[in-house]
Amino acid sequence: MTYARPRIDLPGQKTNEIGLALHDYEGSLSTLCAGCGHDSITAALVQALWEMSIAPEKLIKMSGIGCSSKTPAYFVHGAHGFNSVHGRMPSVATGALAGNRALIGIGVSGDGDSLSIGFGQFGHVIRRNVNMLYLIENNGVYGLTKGQFSASADAGSTSKRGEVNQMQNINAVATAISMGASFVGRSFSGDREQLVPLIKAAIAHPGCAVLDVISPCVTFNDHQGSTKSYAYVREHRHKAMETDLISPRAEIKASYYAGDTHPVRLHDGSTILLRKVDPDYDPTRRNNALGFLERHRSRGEIVTGLLYIDQNVTDMHTQSRTVRTPLKDLEFERLNPGSEALEKLQLGMK
Amino acid sequence: MKPTDTSNPEYFHKVVDCQWGCPAHTDVPEYIRLIAQGRFDDAYMVNRESNVFPAILGRVCDRPCEPACRRGRMDEKPVAICRLKRVAADHRGDITDRLPVAPTEKNGKKIALVGAGPASLTVANDLMPLGYECTIFEAQSVAGGLMRYNIPAFRLPIEVLNEEIDYILDMGVEIHYNHRVESMKELLDQGYDAVFVGSGAPRGKELKLPGRYDTENIHIGIDWLESVAFEHIDSIGKRVLIVGVGNTAMDCCRTSLRLGATDVKVMARKPREFFKASVWELEDAEEENVEIVVNHSPKEFVVEEGKLKGMTFELMEYVIENGRILDQDVTGEVFIPCDDVVLAIGQENAFPWIERDLGIEFNPWEEPMVDEVTYEATRKGVFFGGDSAFGPKNIIWAVEHAHQAAISIHRHCHGEPLEDRLPDRMNLQTRKMGMHEWSYSNSFDPAARRKMMHVPLEVRFTELGKEVELGFDAEQTAKEVERCLNCDIQTVFTDSLCIECDACLDICPTQCLTITSNGEREDLVQRLMAPVLEHEQPLFVSHELKQTSRVMVKDENFCIHCGLCAERCPTAAWDMQKSLLEFPQAVDYVRGNESGKRPCQQRKAG
Repeated sequence: MTYARPRIDLPGQKTNEIGLALHDYEGSLSTLCAGCGHDSITAALVQALWEMSIAPEKLIKMSGIGCSSKTPAYFVHGAHGFNSVHGRMPSVATGALAGNRALIGIGVSGDGDSLSIGFGQFGHVIRRNVNMLYLIENNGVYGLTKGQFSASADAGSTSKRGEVNQMQNINAVATAISMGASFVGRSFSGDREQLVPLIKAAIAHPGCAVLDVISPCVTFNDHQGSTKSYAYVREHRHKAMETDLISPRAEIKASYYAGDTHPVRLHDGSTILLRKVDPDYDPTRRNNALGFLERHRSRGEIVTGLLYIDQNVTDMHTQSRTVRTPLKDLEFERLNPGSEALEKLQLGMK
Repeated sequence: MKPTDTSNPEYFHKVVDCQWGCPAHTDVPEYIRLIAQGRFDDAYMVNRESNVFPAILGRVCDRPCEPACRRGRMDEKPVAICRLKRVAADHRGDITDRLPVAPTEKNGKKIALVGAGPASLTVANDLMPLGYECTIFEAQSVAGGLMRYNIPAFRLPIEVLNEEIDYILDMGVEIHYNHRVESMKELLDQGYDAVFVGSGAPRGKELKLPGRYDTENIHIGIDWLESVAFEHIDSIGKRVLIVGVGNTAMDCCRTSLRLGATDVKVMARKPREFFKASVWELEDAEEENVEIVVNHSPKEFVVEEGKLKGMTFELMEYVIENGRILDQDVTGEVFIPCDDVVLAIGQENAFPWIERDLGIEFNPWEEPMVDEVTYEATRKGVFFGGDSAFGPKNIIWAVEHAHQAAISIHRHCHGEPLEDRLPDRMNLQTRKMGMHEWSYSNSFDPAARRKMMHVPLEVRFTELGKEVELGFDAEQTAKEVERCLNCDIQTVFTDSLCIECDACLDICPTQCLTITSNGEREDLVQRLMAPVLEHEQPLFVSHELKQTSRVMVKDENFCIHCGLCAERCPTAAWDMQKSLLEFPQAVDYVRGNESGKRPCQQRKAG
């Protein structure tokens, strides 16, 4: 008669490099609707973080408002977290990661939180290239207010009651690429095999990695006229790229190079392997990527995979020439050199 | 892999490990739920329907269900199923009005039953309500067979035994006490429509070593226990050696302690892992300070001037690999003094009273040739069941043999083919009540198995029949029932409803679900969320799912039947449904009663 998920440690349970079980990366039980795509994304995050052996205390989860923004409560209960006001997650994330650059930042947002109320903030966190995973759980509707169209709803798609959306949609991926993002991908909550490596690559990427994950709303947007239903996405998906993240310690096997495969070495020594499914696609050239996206969009196709990566964009800390040590680890004298030092600084600016 | 056919009752039956492990297929989770609700009468009747002797078996069953229990695979100790059975029996009210009754108008068929043990009693239990006239011939002055004289009263009190035997005899069974059947020919000549042999395996095995017949202080275990039960023996020497390490040996050593022995050793030829005795019986004996000595092979009884002095043993050493003895070696010899020896090295069935020219054939080991489905001997109309059929097993097997033999007897008496058996049937019924509500206790309770409390040692030996086990108290019962995982509340999947949202995969606390592309078994198991640990456990594979043509796969091994998959399923593709399995008994073969309810079955589900 109860509704609680028990923790069961079975014989033969696997642990990762830091001795933690998959269960240790879980959070509270989801209160989202049964069948919500967001829960699948949560599970993919749990899987990816466990596989990467990220210590929970090294992680900070941030969000704004919305169904999507509830999800940080549902993974890694041992991590830090901040649930900010609507659309303001990027500011909080920027502050948190400016203060402690050693943290691994995950911001979970939704189409409303990022493409409507928080659209301005979304642009600027990309522009600053804050080192984080910026994950948009994109379902095309305002689920918490009973299913109105969101800014990502496609023109011509219908609401659950049959109303047709007249407005053009904001395409999170194209927007991010055109704003100069260094890492942009799209995936689907119903494809764990694609999503988990993509999340891992996004976390390893030293900059702002935007992942737009189509996440069907079972309650308000899983009907026939929807372009974000489980059935529609499965039917119209175009996989442009498959991704693998190889950790710095792992050996890169020759078998990975089957077909048209490109390794992208990251600063931390790990490697993202890109295996092109579609040969006329180059994820390192912005105009090619945007053109490719537009061609497939006009055919009604949803392109998924790692769609754009630029390793040469410097991140916030490099741009600002900040101190390498997280502020919390600086001795008090260095962090706060006193009024004399301030005076000296101000004199220098005269 | 081919899609799993869950309409075949065998699939879901196998998921209910305890019910699958039980020879009589007792609906264990069902009666545990009834106990949890305090419905002891109902729980008792669910038991009685299949195993006929719940109060007896609640104390002394061999418990094949418990090693099978899923809980044992998850946290070492299975649910204390047997103890809970006793709870139902001990706390039941008057259930006599729910027992089967024999009609006053008989069907004119007469059945002779040899021996009043569990097998014959069960045949009578099944056939009396159908109008048969059953006559039991019993060599002793009381009914019960080995349940009475091989199991000591400190494990099975006489009143408990009498009550359940009387339930059957009170239907009007004719029973001839002190009537040992000396000739099968004579019995057959009396014109019975069928004869059932349930005479057990009454002959204890001998140990023909030097000195065996030079003293009167060497006893055959089961004969000795019988003499104790009938109060022909009331004492034994101070130092006793029990040879053999099966359950009879455990009864012998503990009985010796109650007859005045102070130093009792159980002598085993092999190491502990090869013992035949149930673990709990070994533990109970050791609790009473019985010493169990391993790797001692009997060599000689040392008798001086007609007086037993002790025994010599060869000290053994074994080479063991993967639980098998590859080689053995004698490393020495030892003399152990004693006053009495009890031999408990096995028993066998024996039929000196069956003439060999009656068409009842025996194999070279002098065992009757009995059909494993119909329990008929090579002579039509003669049936065997219990230990007399295939050698020593246990009570619950005897009961199941008898259920099957009763069906055969009924078919035989009506001139119908014995081999044509009704199929097992299954009903599935949803347990969903509403949002987050299931009509069973679906939460997982991590509690450890409750321990049975025993009468203190100093009280135990004051009288022979003092029952040692106290039974579970209310608190223990309340905890133990929650340990049951309700394996009979099945996860039923409707593939056409699935939208492949992965919600069930994500919520499953044991990762037993996977959606993946289909393939051969070896290939498929590589892609499951959690590794397959028990290859004997069933794997459920759905039909192709409509969106991606992948399949839903479920490894039944660690499913805890918590219902969270059904809880999180937005389309009700998963549902939790009680599998009520029905195993036909003789009453189901009565014409016009095909869908009729058995007297015991008039119950509401728990």
